[in-house]
Amino acid sequence: MTMTPAAIAANRFGLGMRGDGAAVGDPKAYLLRQLEMFDPRPAALKDVPTRADVADTLVQFYVQKKAEKRAQTVAATASLALPPAPTPTQTPAAPQAKSPRSPELKQARDDVRDLYISSIGTRLNAALITPAPFVERLVHFWANHFAISVDKPPVTAFAGLLEFEAIRPNVLGRFVDMLHAVEQHPAMLIYLDQVQSIGPDSVMGQRRAANAKAKSGLNENLAREIMELHTLGVRSGYTQTDVTEFARAMTGWFVTGLVPGGPDQKRGVAGAPGEAVFRDNQHEPGSRVILGRTYNQPGAAQSLAILDDLATHPATARHIATKLARHFTGDTPAPSLVNKLTTTFKATNGHLPSVYRVLIEAPECWAPAPVKFKTPWDWSVSSLRALNLTTVDPKPFSGTMIALGQQIWKPGSPAGYDDLDASWAAPDALLRRVDIAQRLAQRTGGGIDARTLAKVVFQGSASPATEQALGNAESGTQALALLFASPEFMRR
Amino acid sequence: MINRRTLLVRAAFGGAVMTIAPGMAIAAANTDRRFIFIIQRGAADGLATIMPVGDPDLVRLRAPLIAEGGLKLDSMFTAHPALAEIGKYYTQKEALFAHAVASPYRERSHFDAQNVLETGGEAAYRMKDGWLNRLLTLLPKAEAQAIALSATIPLALRGKIEVASYAPSGLGDPNDDLKARIAMLYAQDAQLHEMWQSAINTEKMANDGTSNGAKRDPAAMGALAAKLLTGSGAARIAMIETLGWDTHSDQPGRLANQLRQLDNMVAAMRAGLGDAWSKTVVFVATEFGRTAAINGTGGTDHGTASCAMLIGGAVNGGRVVADWPGLSANALYEHRDLKPTMGIDQLIAAAVAGHYGLDPARTAATLFPQSTQNARALSGLIRS
Repeated sequence: MTMTPAAIAANRFGLGMRGDGAAVGDPKAYLLRQLEMFDPRPAALKDVPTRADVADTLVQFYVQKKAEKRAQTVAATASLALPPAPTPTQTPAAPQAKSPRSPELKQARDDVRDLYISSIGTRLNAALITPAPFVERLVHFWANHFAISVDKPPVTAFAGLLEFEAIRPNVLGRFVDMLHAVEQHPAMLIYLDQVQSIGPDSVMGQRRAANAKAKSGLNENLAREIMELHTLGVRSGYTQTDVTEFARAMTGWFVTGLVPGGPDQKRGVAGAPGEAVFRDNQHEPGSRVILGRTYNQPGAAQSLAILDDLATHPATARHIATKLARHFTGDTPAPSLVNKLTTTFKATNGHLPSVYRVLIEAPECWAPAPVKFKTPWDWSVSSLRALNLTTVDPKPFSGTMIALGQQIWKPGSPAGYDDLDASWAAPDALLRRVDIAQRLAQRTGGGIDARTLAKVVFQGSASPATEQALGNAESGTQALALLFASPEFMRR
Repeated sequence: MINRRTLLVRAAFGGAVMTIAPGMAIAAANTDRRFIFIIQRGAADGLATIMPVGDPDLVRLRAPLIAEGGLKLDSMFTAHPALAEIGKYYTQKEALFAHAVASPYRERSHFDAQNVLETGGEAAYRMKDGWLNRLLTLLPKAEAQAIALSATIPLALRGKIEVASYAPSGLGDPNDDLKARIAMLYAQDAQLHEMWQSAINTEKMANDGTSNGAKRDPAAMGALAAKLLTGSGAARIAMIETLGWDTHSDQPGRLANQLRQLDNMVAAMRAGLGDAWSKTVVFVATEFGRTAAINGTGGTDHGTASCAMLIGGAVNGGRVVADWPGLSANALYEHRDLKPTMGIDQLIAAAVAGHYGLDPARTAATLFPQSTQNARALSGLIRS
């Protein structure tokens, strides 16, 4: 199988051609142009909720949850106060069934869920209509690099905003700016437990220590993952002491207004609901030593300085370079490419467009054989783009992504989804894709000529076997399904 | 049982979903006519369906494809034995077969041909809407209610008049054929081939031998169509897509199965329609026929003319309508296919004009505005 340069630009770098897409032309110019055309906040994002909206929805949820709990406690207390009812038999009473959730709680839970689902719609809509699919792919790459997982309600509620507010505006900026935006985003601070991390010697820590009942202290989760996953990379030379020191420095970061009754405001914590703030009284005082360097800044400035250094550390440069190279050239990227990317990352202090330009210019990225088995997201988005769709109902789409094994923003781990062939190229996954290809083709009807569409999406790369299969298909619908199932469409 | 509230109309992948509410009730129809269009996608072999056994060249061209034991229709034609019920209707003069029929399309691509058959245009992609939708513009509002029994609206039914669609889950699922084609598509790709084999084997084990084919139930589809076309608020026109007619190899068994399914579907329609059957026309057509001669794999390849069927109590049946061109070498189209002597456009226009009491010329002009086919009058297809 051989991909033309135009096919590589459209499919390996981009998100697949739209059926109505403009011609690729000069493949490199096509990609370079996109660096100028990307819009961090396109029309697709116009209805994105504010952090305050999200906080409000979450508070409603917590209020209902608390009310439910109180009602259950009251009921339990009341039954304890009564003398036990005489039981006709000796059969032990069945464990009391959990009382059904109140409609208010159910509604509040649905409202949280809706934030997540509508954000999926926004992400997909942006991917379908973007004039810069290469950059849009990079947004998805970075969102997976800085992965969160919607495993608890506040992360579910804030998930979309992390990508919209921290990734998109910085995808064509400097890595350090993206790093700051992510690590100070409510979604990340909540997901990796930073909001719960309290400096033992901070004002708050001392107060809680006096009250032996309150269990609180340092939480290393975010600090460790920043070093291991977001910047330096695992086994790159930092020690447990570095992690603990960094965790101490990070104490103080908090998200306001998520506690019913507004105690943050009462306590004089600055910041509107849903904003990330730095609480000095939560911060572990003192200077820190990380990777041999001393940080003696007060308050937030300390962690910001550490992030600055981590962002431009040589290990970070190599870590990012390797991941980018893998994303565009396959499981085992050539050292030559990783070296080039690393060098540019270091030389430009992590200026991302400069790094992307190296990718565009590197011959390694233009290998004619396909280098990647598409992820479910890639495959789905490229299918929908081929069909010229612009908006898709996000609820069933989300279900489809679950069926295909890549639920949006739910990799289940801060490491994000694997970017390796073996994670996606599996028999059942293939069967599911074919099933979905068929349904997708059926729902779009016979109005699209798959043979014409194949010319557009494959950009001269269709194999004779695929062309023959499309030409011999029994119906237009079947031809479309075969197109989406074809080897050329499964890979990029 | 079909609950009306469950009849979903899906516009597109995950797209708008609306419900056919009982409130969509339709006033009593003026003529109470029903019309069902069954499209045979994949090119059904007309020469094996309605066999010209009286033509001396048939045995020479395709002896292994001639099925024994079918109903003798007249001195020339015998129906395939799988058409047991439809054969009975023929005897009762409720079925009519038209032979050597073709659309204006003369190439051999399935999609282009289906596009022509469904749009009613002179060539592929010349028209955007379908003739069946344009027919709705000629009917009183009460009768211009159509439904597609598929997930999306097939092209023949697409157009400016809104129509419904309903896809019964598990019915008419063409999975097996698609899967066979995908296996072929992956044959040269080591990774995908292995994955695919493994997946299919697993699926077979999981299904304990009952593959998706078992879920296919044409009789249920026919009964469903009847149900959707009867009662107050029901549609009056329906379209059903059938697949699997592309018999390039091992044709006898496959085609017999296809025809049996079609026969079961029509029988279920008749049973379900009850009294309405007397006012019903079921029109069965395919995009083109297949080669007159058998090929090297026990099947036939893409051809030109085929046969069409008109079935129903409203049909003036019991005959085969054909201007038989013959099967001698010189009589064949491009020395390989049955030559068309009747336009499917004319046949459709004549049938629906007769069925609905419309002016034949106006009907033809609306349904097939680009038609240059010989407008030989085809009258008397429908009982007056």
